Amino acid sequence: MKKFLALILTLAMAMSLAACGGDSGSGDAEEGGTSESGNPVVRIGVFEPQTGDNGAGGKQEILGMQYANYVQPTVTIDGTTYDVKLEIVDNRTTPENGPSAAAELMNRDVSVVLGSYGSGVSSAGGAVFEEAGVPAIGVTCTNPQVTTDCDVYFRICFTDPFQGPALASYAYNTLGVDTAYTLAMLGSDYDQGLVYYFTEAFKALGGTVVSEDFPEGSANFVSYINNAKSAGAGVIFAPVSTNYAQLIIEAAGAQGFEGSLLGSDTWDNNMVVESTVGKNVSVEVTTFYQEGGNADFDAGIKEWMNANPDALTNNGGNDMVSAVTAMGYDAYFTALEALKLAGSTDPAAVLEALPNVSYEGVCGLIEFDEIGDAKRDQAYIKQANTETGAWDFVTVQGVE
Amino acid sequence: MQELFPYLLNGVSVGGQYALIAIGYTLVYGILRLINFAHGDVFMVAGLVMVYATTAMPMYLALPLVIAATVVLGFVIERAAYKPLRTAPRMSLMISAIGVSYLIQNLAFYITGGVPQPVTTPIPWISDDILVLGASTKRVTIVTPILTIALVVLLVYLIQKTKIGMAMRAAARDFETAQLMGVKINSVISMTFVIGSFLAAVGALLYFTNYPSVAITSGAMPGLKAFVAAVFGGIGSIPGAVVGAFVIGLCEEVIKGLGYTTFSDAFTFALLIVVLCVKPTGLFGEKVTDKV
Amino acid sequence: MTRDRKKTIFLAAVLLVILAAGVAVDLALPSYHIAVKVIKKATVYALVAVSMNLLNGFTGLFSLGQAGFMLLGAVAYGVLTIPVADRLSVYQYFDGGLIQFSLPELLGGGTVGTTVGMLLALAVGGILSALVAWLIGLPVLRLRSDYLAIATLGFAEILRAFFQWNALGPITNASNLLRGYPDFQHVTSYFLLAGVLIAVIVLLINSTYGRAFKAIRDDEVAAEAMGINLAKHKRMAFIISSFFAGVGGGMLAMYNGTISSASFKSSMTYEILLIVVIGGIGSISGSVIASFLYIFSSEWLLRGLDSGSFLGINAPGLFKNGFRMAVFSVIIMLIVLFFRRGIMGDKELPDLLGRRPKRRRKEAADK
Repeated sequence: MKKFLALILTLAMAMSLAACGGDSGSGDAEEGGTSESGNPVVRIGVFEPQTGDNGAGGKQEILGMQYANYVQPTVTIDGTTYDVKLEIVDNRTTPENGPSAAAELMNRDVSVVLGSYGSGVSSAGGAVFEEAGVPAIGVTCTNPQVTTDCDVYFRICFTDPFQGPALASYAYNTLGVDTAYTLAMLGSDYDQGLVYYFTEAFKALGGTVVSEDFPEGSANFVSYINNAKSAGAGVIFAPVSTNYAQLIIEAAGAQGFEGSLLGSDTWDNNMVVESTVGKNVSVEVTTFYQEGGNADFDAGIKEWMNANPDALTNNGGNDMVSAVTAMGYDAYFTALEALKLAGSTDPAAVLEALPNVSYEGVCGLIEFDEIGDAKRDQAYIKQANTETGAWDFVTVQGVE
Repeated sequence: MQELFPYLLNGVSVGGQYALIAIGYTLVYGILRLINFAHGDVFMVAGLVMVYATTAMPMYLALPLVIAATVVLGFVIERAAYKPLRTAPRMSLMISAIGVSYLIQNLAFYITGGVPQPVTTPIPWISDDILVLGASTKRVTIVTPILTIALVVLLVYLIQKTKIGMAMRAAARDFETAQLMGVKINSVISMTFVIGSFLAAVGALLYFTNYPSVAITSGAMPGLKAFVAAVFGGIGSIPGAVVGAFVIGLCEEVIKGLGYTTFSDAFTFALLIVVLCVKPTGLFGEKVTDKV
Repeated sequence: MTRDRKKTIFLAAVLLVILAAGVAVDLALPSYHIAVKVIKKATVYALVAVSMNLLNGFTGLFSLGQAGFMLLGAVAYGVLTIPVADRLSVYQYFDGGLIQFSLPELLGGGTVGTTVGMLLALAVGGILSALVAWLIGLPVLRLRSDYLAIATLGFAEILRAFFQWNALGPITNASNLLRGYPDFQHVTSYFLLAGVLIAVIVLLINSTYGRAFKAIRDDEVAAEAMGINLAKHKRMAFIISSFFAGVGGGMLAMYNGTISSASFKSSMTYEILLIVVIGGIGSISGSVIASFLYIFSSEWLLRGLDSGSFLGINAPGLFKNGFRMAVFSVIIMLIVLFFRRGIMGDKELPDLLGRRPKRRRKEAADK
């Protein structure tokens, strides 16, 4: 009897699998490339984390794309008007989920891919995009390897070899600090890479650096802050994900750390800035975009978010415009430019057209160099206002 | 000494947090011989309930609700996932515990959308910053160990002096004989889970006062470490679990202070393996012989 | 006699069908198709699940160190096969790393050299895992069931900390990704490799050693009384299982295209354990079937549960992120509680055959 039951269970599972398989097959056939409006459809893949450590950041980046899609839902390619459809797939932050999420996008016949927030998963997905010959536009993945080792990957943001030294220069020259303490998570290539470039540059400027790592899942950062204090560090540079950033701010506030906390682009998040409210800390971050940089864009997206409860939740509960959202918005229009230039929805044509794209986005001019990286030599530095819980613009920083 | 003091202070605070979780492990293991893998997740759920409850209602309603919800959760887990397997091999029970842990984490993931939930309204008074001998910290750091020890004294009294305590001791010593003697074994086991969850809830209230957000994985590491503490102190022994927790909390922070931050977690596990191999009964544990 | 023969034929037929399916998938679908990716991952998981089953299901040793051994195998594979020319970019923070050779290139490259080099690297990963298992086993295998579980779990975590340690970076690349190593393009290669390894495990289980393992599982004291050397056999099962876990880790690295030590967490071990439970503790074919069911559903077919619509039902409010895993874990709990024997119990696929003739014979006898 038991065996019979087990067999039935197996059969049921097999049947349900077959049913799902069949369903997805017929779904593809139905769509056939046109939408309700009668226009043909061009699909843009969104390869972003919605869950995991970078889930919050990924969601904000998607918001920018969704808003862009709302502003500009069609594109004219070679005389034909296409409806643009975003195909969003969750890559769950981690590299091991990258390949299947990327393959799922390929399955949905996308012409170009946008994403991802986080470099490790972008590298993992890049291999699949390369096999399929579909171009990808990295939005805020800053590790240089994403584009150097992958022919189809382009990127619209600055890279770590720029961001690290920019922060080092800011700390050494502007803040006048000669000892820095760096803190990175074990096993995170993003954290470790940025710390590496920061350390190299800071030492080259003449400073000393004390580096430490913390294991994944840490919650108590009090001892790390104490280590920074006893090392005599004037800044703590911790390019970690938003969750740990809040924990570090909390610990630094409680321990009365007197120097600055320096963060990278991941820190530019409203949860981070809100966690500084009422604390005696100084938090400075590098980022791609400063709210107020483009008044029309700011006003438009705020209105859209406030009319959209889901969007507001995904943004973390308020209408503050994150830099990654602005970058997502720019990435979408860069993709449209590439489609127009290619004159076709064929991924191969888009790939060929991408290096020649030039687009003036809300975060500045986007043009690609021979590796596929955006030509950017400036980052915005913002400081958290511990009274209002908003970012204050500090300076535009380059590498000196 | 002055340099070491902040680390020790922090170590005591961390140790107190582990202690409250460790008691839950040690009680359950003492009676069921089960590593309750889900205990760390129960702790996490208590944190989540706290986040939601404190934003939705006044503090005097929210705190009892957190404790009640956690106790109910612990009770339900035992009834649904462990009771049906009472006669099954021990491996099945442990797999069920891992399954429950997986289920709780995934449900919490679904509800929170996989994003850490910020603690917007921390419990007043204990979340204030204070200065202790020149080292700044939150008041909860001082409150945690004191409250922990008070609760432990209460618990030891309960176990030594009351009838249900006697039944628990009997069940821990010999399950079947206790049953023959008329001990209602199911209610004793439920009671164990209720006490364990209660302490986990109190632990969560203190723990998440210290930190700005509750993530779905927040319970995993404290849970594992608390278990190590329970083994270190001698599993089944309540004072042992508490001593073990403080030792581990202190060691961990001192190791960080010495600069071996990479291995602060690994150290805890190394300690576990050494204890298991050298003195499996831990500091205060009694020798248990396996019945054939 | 005839029944055994029938079983063999049935098994051969099933294997042939699977192989044919592999070839068909290779011919019909491009290598980036999701089906190809999912089949590859499921094949790797099948191997790892079977290796875990050997330990947990056939020897009765409850070990939770699988992810640690897989990490060892994966890193060994990556370190030994990344082309020398790419090392400078992969080990970008460690000046190209310490190891300046790659097995496929040492063997002269080309199709043959590369393949042999890759297989060799996988084997080295397996042997390293086996060695570490031997070392760990010395103290740990004396422990009772649940202590063994927690001790092996601890070892896996310690191992991970070492692999992420910056001082070992020139070899392991510390926290950074290992990339750029060769991969088998075809599903068939995965099938053949995993198939051969699983076949070896099956042969082992059916040998005298396998019978000794099962005796230990059923009753340690009785097994010892029968003259089975407990320590020796337990150690052997642990080492062999770790060897296959190491090779499986290498294959997982191949599939992934990148290796990050952060992904080999205890949650990976739990996932594999649950696959073993779904398939039936003590059934090889059960583990294989469950791996395919699990990976297919979680990576591909049930994705709709996370993104708004599933089986034509549109409910974005209900089907949001995480619903897939929530449904999954409920199913797993149901299996753990009510179908404790899993899909196959401790039976193998050919055992399903031959039940009916037996019954018929019985009926005939009754008449």
